[in-house]
Amino acid sequence: MSEIIRLTAAELGAKIAAGDVSSVEATRAHLDRIAAVDGAVHAFLHVDAEGALAAAADVDRRRAAGEAFGPLAGVPIAVKDVLVTEGMPSTAGSRILEGWIPPYDATPVRLVREAGMIPLGKTNMDEFAMGSSTEHSAYGPTHNPWDLDRIPGGSGGGSAASVAAFEAPLALGSDTGGSIRQPAHVTGTVGVKPTYGAVSRYGSIALASSLDQIGPVTRTVLDAALLQDVIAGHDPHDSTSIAEPWPSMADAVRRADVAGVRIGVVKQLDSDGVQAGVRSRFHEALALLERNGAEIVEIDAPSFEYAIAAYYLILPAEASSNLAKFDSVRFGLRVTPEGGGTVEQVMAATREAGFGPEVKRRIILGTYALSAGYYDAYYGSAQKVRTLVQRDFDAAFAKVDVLATPTAPTTAFKLGEKLDDPLSMYLNDVATIPANLAGVPGISLPAGLAPEDGLPVGIQFLAPARQDARLYNVGGALERLLEAEWGAPLLSRAPDLSSHEMAAAEEGAL
Amino acid sequence: MARAALMDFDKALELFEPVIGLEVHVELNTTTKMFSSAPNPANSAFHDAAPNTLITPVCLGLPGSLPVVNEQAIRSSISLGLALGCSIAESSRFARKNYFYPDLAKNYQISQYDEPIAFDGEVEVELENGRIFQVPIERAHMEEDAGKLTHIGGATGRIQGAEYSLVDYNRAGVPLVEIVTRPIFGAEADAPALASAYVSIIRDIALSLGISEARMERGNLRCDANVSLRPRGAEKLGTRTETKNVNSFRSIERAVRYEIQRQAAILADGGSITQETRHWHEDTGTTSAGRPKSDADDYRYFPEPDLLPVVPSPELIEQLRAELPEPPAARRRRLKAEWGFTDIDFQGVVNSNLLVEVTETVAAGATPAAARKWWTGELARIANAQNVDAASLASPAHVAELAGLVEAGTLTDRLARQVLEGVIAGEGSPQQIVDARGLAVVSDDSALIAAIDQALASQPDVLEKIRDGKVQAAGAVIGAVMKAMQGKADAARVRELVLERATAQ
Repeated sequence: MSEIIRLTAAELGAKIAAGDVSSVEATRAHLDRIAAVDGAVHAFLHVDAEGALAAAADVDRRRAAGEAFGPLAGVPIAVKDVLVTEGMPSTAGSRILEGWIPPYDATPVRLVREAGMIPLGKTNMDEFAMGSSTEHSAYGPTHNPWDLDRIPGGSGGGSAASVAAFEAPLALGSDTGGSIRQPAHVTGTVGVKPTYGAVSRYGSIALASSLDQIGPVTRTVLDAALLQDVIAGHDPHDSTSIAEPWPSMADAVRRADVAGVRIGVVKQLDSDGVQAGVRSRFHEALALLERNGAEIVEIDAPSFEYAIAAYYLILPAEASSNLAKFDSVRFGLRVTPEGGGTVEQVMAATREAGFGPEVKRRIILGTYALSAGYYDAYYGSAQKVRTLVQRDFDAAFAKVDVLATPTAPTTAFKLGEKLDDPLSMYLNDVATIPANLAGVPGISLPAGLAPEDGLPVGIQFLAPARQDARLYNVGGALERLLEAEWGAPLLSRAPDLSSHEMAAAEEGAL
Repeated sequence: MARAALMDFDKALELFEPVIGLEVHVELNTTTKMFSSAPNPANSAFHDAAPNTLITPVCLGLPGSLPVVNEQAIRSSISLGLALGCSIAESSRFARKNYFYPDLAKNYQISQYDEPIAFDGEVEVELENGRIFQVPIERAHMEEDAGKLTHIGGATGRIQGAEYSLVDYNRAGVPLVEIVTRPIFGAEADAPALASAYVSIIRDIALSLGISEARMERGNLRCDANVSLRPRGAEKLGTRTETKNVNSFRSIERAVRYEIQRQAAILADGGSITQETRHWHEDTGTTSAGRPKSDADDYRYFPEPDLLPVVPSPELIEQLRAELPEPPAARRRRLKAEWGFTDIDFQGVVNSNLLVEVTETVAAGATPAAARKWWTGELARIANAQNVDAASLASPAHVAELAGLVEAGTLTDRLARQVLEGVIAGEGSPQQIVDARGLAVVSDDSALIAAIDQALASQPDVLEKIRDGKVQAAGAVIGAVMKAMQGKADAARVRELVLERATAQ
């Protein structure tokens, strides 16, 4: 395996800046890796080799001409297919957008391009980000690089798997109820959902507007911080983006120190419902932090147990409206009933053929929840629960600096295992959803492997809104402490996928 | 379409009390649209744009696009709300109104629902007969317009029976303020006139604020008229219909009158009114059934999560209040005095909905009398014949220019009417038409004298009479001269010259 692809984004950026490696070389190394292993992993829906090499050559040329760049310039990046990209297909994992080429870049995509980063392609996801396994992608599931028979998490399984499989040093994801953090948990990677409004949603194909947030998917906490520094900031195209400037998250990682930091453990999320190995790694990590000066406090958040119920009313309600625009009139798939039809019939036939079962399930749920006569009982009540969850956070953060939870209740389950059991699938997000309801930031980073199955386990930290730097402080410190114990990053223990190169080539993948 | 049975209007009023409610949509003339940076076709700078050229990803509802509120639209809406006597909400919210229609790019309209920006107002409306009404305003809220559908094929130009339809999204996202009245009671036989006069006042307000072009024929101002009847003495309101597509002041009055007569005939016959939207047909002067509408129409409104609440500062509201122009009723009293019009002359202007045109024509340099004469005379006559609003025929600037040419003696009234025809036909400004058609009065005396001498020579008997002091005989010669000059002469000057030449010879 090429050394280049093993580098972190920060290391690769530094080597490119020093002239040891060109951006073209770095880009080609990752394209080669994608060609080698993505037939087995299926992290990508679209790879833009030509565009990436051209962009890399352009950055190399400009750097040679003396242009100054930031620390990630020249570094390749994978982009979740929920973000629209000018000139590159953007499907959000749905058949209904197959073949659509957007005429504009999402703001986070524009910002990474402006920082000199090189978009490699678009990563797989559950259709319209609805799911926790990528099995709801219309283009087939992504496989977990730790065990190809298992799910890579979702909805952003493609971004997490691409980073875990060394196909990209880092990626952009989106997190509506855990779609960045839960995949990080099951793939041994780092995922951050910034404060709601920290990163522009302009150009992110909306699932639930009041919950969606774009964030970094990386292998290290520092890489996540460097990427958040690139993509965060006010965008006049997004009214909900925060106007105030942000401090450097990378600085927070570099100065990371947990001495005196008060960490709250949410009682309700540290229960028997969590897999034994996940729970034990969680408590070992807390003990490690405590030995290094952190104070561990138990926190009661009684409303969190209603969060998932509220979430599954608010999300479908907003999604049912956001997805109404997919009607065949202006873009995307068009299905005309046999013998022609009225515009209503064409819209209905298109949506019938273009949406998968999970999308239809949530549209129906949301339409029902917003209907006259049911609005107060469902959507109205859910909004009240949302307020209660926010109050629980307020009360908790009056006592502690950050909260800690296991990121998800179990390690990666087998592909197909929960496909026929939506409720059990929904419960995967029990620990990640409260942050989206309250708009607060969260990070998941590797805490080790579960002894019983040898699969990665993540730990989640949550901070008050706009205090994302606290996550990078605690996350950066824990990562350093754990890696000192392990002697190497967790991902160095992941299977070498190069044995799949032959199989992939035989299948004619890509 | 079978023609509906109508009851005589007076008879209908004997049996039933009409209750009306009006919804007026005002298109704001902001430079850009309500939620995007696309140019606004309701601003005169962008009127003639080709279809689908004034669009951004937001107007098309492309995946990933997000709305951003136009601050100028908020200011215009607050000004309008204040001019309607409304309270301005400390905080108001946008909501999504969800329904599928191909002209609605996102398949939801961003509107305001339970928290409008302005509410609880009152507007004074004076009718031709001197009655004064205080029309109660329930609310004024902001929303975005939809695109425009053109149905191709089929006989009616409507969606039913069309082979295919074209969508122009230029209008998608044009800022609108919808002004909704409370039910208006007590207008009785004046209900149709009140409806029209009310919309005229709204137009006055919008124009004086400068927030809209406010031209009905362009759709800048659109009125939906709700009409219901209840039997005399009844408490409970009758079932209402909502008549749409009423796009002139005359039509509003006719449509309300028609609905009163139609509903009365049905009710008197023991029938019941269907709650529905109805389409006004200008050509036949009738309404026809549209979509059934009920209070249970489920638009699944919910707060728009892509936008923050609108929270105008008290300072902004006070600043906009201080900048308000005088209220229409006060303005009318002042103009009447300034222009020195009689009650009848002034009311004539008001009743023809030409107050704004006359004001602007005077501002453009015409005398009040001339401005009134042209608008309520020739222009109103032509408008009536063509069944359009006079305001749509000519601009105040052109009318002022025309009046100026008459004043300067360049045109006679008769020539001026020909020039006006040219203006209406879109041939250019009055001066351009005078030049192009060669319509100016011949003010060259030598040309006139040549024609007069010829006329006198061919009518020696007349010449004789004039010389005998029978000055009235000169008429025959004047007529002949005017004919010879093809009307392009000032008759008074011709008369002077005829008398001069006759006595000189």
